[in-house]
Amino acid sequence: MKVVYNGEKDRAFKEVLGETIPRLAEEDKDVIYLDADLMGCIGTAKWAAANPDRAINCGIAEANMMGIAAGMSAVGFKPIVHTFGPFASRRCFDQIFLSGAYAGNSVTVIGTDPGVCAAFNGGTHMPFEDMALYRAIPGAYVFDITDAAMLESVLEQCKDMEGIKYIRVGRKNNMKMYEEGMKAEIGKGIVVKEYGTDAVVFACGIMVAMAVEAAEILKKEGIQITVVDMFTVKPLDEELVEKYAKAAGAVVTAENHNKIGGLYSAVTEVLSKKCPTPVEYVAVEDVFGEVGPQDYLEKQFGLTPEHIVEKVKAAIARK
Amino acid sequence: MLDKQLEKELQRFALEIRIGAVEEFKARGFGHVGGSLSVADALAVLYGAVMKYDPKNPKMEDRDKLVCSKGHAGPSVYAALGLKGFFPYEEIKTLNQPGTNFPSHCDRQKTPGVDMTTGSLGQGTSLAVGMAMGDKLKGRDSRTFLIVGDGESDEGQVWEAAMFTAAKKVTNLVWLIDNNKKQLDGYTKDILDSGDLREKFEAFGFEAVRIDGNDIAQLYDVLTKKAEDKPIAVILDTVKGKGVKEVEETMGNHSMNVPAETYDKWLGELRAELAALA
Repeated sequence: MKVVYNGEKDRAFKEVLGETIPRLAEEDKDVIYLDADLMGCIGTAKWAAANPDRAINCGIAEANMMGIAAGMSAVGFKPIVHTFGPFASRRCFDQIFLSGAYAGNSVTVIGTDPGVCAAFNGGTHMPFEDMALYRAIPGAYVFDITDAAMLESVLEQCKDMEGIKYIRVGRKNNMKMYEEGMKAEIGKGIVVKEYGTDAVVFACGIMVAMAVEAAEILKKEGIQITVVDMFTVKPLDEELVEKYAKAAGAVVTAENHNKIGGLYSAVTEVLSKKCPTPVEYVAVEDVFGEVGPQDYLEKQFGLTPEHIVEKVKAAIARK
Repeated sequence: MLDKQLEKELQRFALEIRIGAVEEFKARGFGHVGGSLSVADALAVLYGAVMKYDPKNPKMEDRDKLVCSKGHAGPSVYAALGLKGFFPYEEIKTLNQPGTNFPSHCDRQKTPGVDMTTGSLGQGTSLAVGMAMGDKLKGRDSRTFLIVGDGESDEGQVWEAAMFTAAKKVTNLVWLIDNNKKQLDGYTKDILDSGDLREKFEAFGFEAVRIDGNDIAQLYDVLTKKAEDKPIAVILDTVKGKGVKEVEETMGNHSMNVPAETYDKWLGELRAELAALA
């Protein structure tokens, strides 16, 4: 896996979704795309209007949309569903849980604007709990996307995978991390920076680039860490978690999500059983979201490289 | 029009479904008696004369499909499927036993012939919409029949799915609303009055009709009719617990737990009625 991070912004996720969803539908006649009046937000509206048999605008009725998607799966389609993260999780949780997972149907769900990425839509639209909800669905996959190339790769694979697949991803641009055409191996973490084993940071989504920034800051201070991109939050790459936790003896998790139920929970669930290790976290402190620019919100909720640095030092101190 | 011979056959089938459901309840001791019995006639007409299916190939792609969104009527669905040979009939008597393939609420992954998993009320509606729309997009000559409870229609999802069905002209989906007038806590008019269901579905854009949902001939007439421009919604005017006098007369008949002798008495009445129809 070639990491090409240099602090530059990537292509906007919206563009990737707007290109990839139509492409997958054109390549595979079983792919069908459903949205709840948010096609205009991910650049699929024009294609959808020209392809009414491949794209269905369900209106602002997420519960109904999830049920329809599950029903379509039962008769042979591979549905890809999109709405904003809170509506793709909280709003239709029983539908995705029962009509989707429990009933044995397969649906790819894209929840955009995770956590602070909801920015100016504010607290009502800011899911800090979507991963917790989806993690609690037996057999579900949970992805927190790092960059555009990864989004494309994960989407391509998800369409053919059985079960419920939840992809949380922004609409704007994250930092570019990987070379174009990368293949993100589902269920495997990616070591993006390996300066040393003073500590290991497991990060996902927007926090991966911040963890790399933190690694650079720490390196200047003589602290060598490893950064792992844990984009598959479920099923977690337990082997990799155990390997680096053992090697480093100090772990930090970093996520744009509530500290309850997300990556911190997933990592500590594994380590408490397999390899008890001091773990610190960078995550939202069990509070609701609020409105504001994303950079303000990142600072407000402690989702910054500086906070990761602080937590790495705290974890090392507990060795 | 339904000829007299077929009418009698379907009446017999409806009685056999009721007998099967009561045998299931007897084996377990309790169950959702009222709402299972109210839909027995609709199931008899669907599986006896209307739906296209193959018990030896329950997943046949272009079969007609049934979504019993009021999933607690599973016992009657199981009886119908068992009688039609989807699995050995005797298996239905394992209802709700540990490890059974016949759970309280319908499960497509457990029971051959069950087309969709239901139980959390309201959800079967959207699932049925997706199945019917999917079949239509695949170019299959297939209809989906959706059975929804009147109490179930308290759920907002029912109306989201209804609006979608009409707006997107999902005409290969037929809605049947089991208007048996009661839900768990009492009469639907007292719990949350749904008003005139036929008018509501008509207002949503359906060809909406109201029939005696326990009348085989009326069911046959409406269910053999193919929708034209608008999807069809059939309000089934039914009696909760229909076919077993004692159940019909019990106010709280949603879920019942009675002694084996009582089930035997009900079975005796149903079997006598069946013999009289020979």
